[in-house]
Amino acid sequence: MAMDESVRKAILGSVPSLRAFAISLCGNVDRADDLVQETLLRALANIDSFQPGTNMSAWLFTILRNHFRSEYRKRRREVEDSDGHYAETLKSQPEQYGQVEYREFREALNQLPQDQREALILVGASGFSYEEAANICGCAVGTIKSRVNRARTRLAELMHVNSAEDFGPDETVRAVLASGE
Amino acid sequence: MNERKPVGQENAMEAAATRKKTTTKPAKLGRDVQARLGQQLRAMYDEVLNQGVPDRFNDLLNRLENNEGKDGQ
Repeated sequence: MAMDESVRKAILGSVPSLRAFAISLCGNVDRADDLVQETLLRALANIDSFQPGTNMSAWLFTILRNHFRSEYRKRRREVEDSDGHYAETLKSQPEQYGQVEYREFREALNQLPQDQREALILVGASGFSYEEAANICGCAVGTIKSRVNRARTRLAELMHVNSAEDFGPDETVRAVLASGE
Repeated sequence: MNERKPVGQENAMEAAATRKKTTTKPAKLGRDVQARLGQQLRAMYDEVLNQGVPDRFNDLLNRLENNEGKDGQ
């Protein structure tokens, strides 16, 4: 079977998002890329089970998550560098959020239980609906909702944030301070 | 699970709720906090998205396509 051009396009189009999800799961870019590669191989080997017209991206996310759960999760804690490699690889941190706050955020995210972190990423960053996220994770919609809520609450606790002011000066103030005035 | 202390006027409401606490629900985060957390999450995610598709994935698909004729699985 030849790879359909539209399949190829859809798969490649999903790669950036798959990588972002994989990095959040693995905490390490190289391992995340390996995970994505293995995901694509599995997907293509099982492309017949993909229902045309359904969401290719959600299908790939499901495969990636399942593969991570069966193969990668047990290795995670051994190799994990809570900050090092991720920070290194992603050098160009967005200025407007401030380096310290951004680093704190990543560390806090890393401390979340796996279930909560993936739910939060799927809904809060990958742009899946609660229903799609529930399908990807193989659980009830209500479960996803409660995981997302708990994840947010826990993040705020870990970052000692009770209101938006606790995040520090806003971007404008920060910019002025940084300019040395 | 940490119990969060109610703040401000929520005290009155809390008392009125006659201890019948909905223990399943964590304290609600303010909208502003949620928005800020969401911003950071997306900033982190978008940074990876902006890296596009690394060559290894294009190469992988090319390789697979070229092999298809041969191993006719």
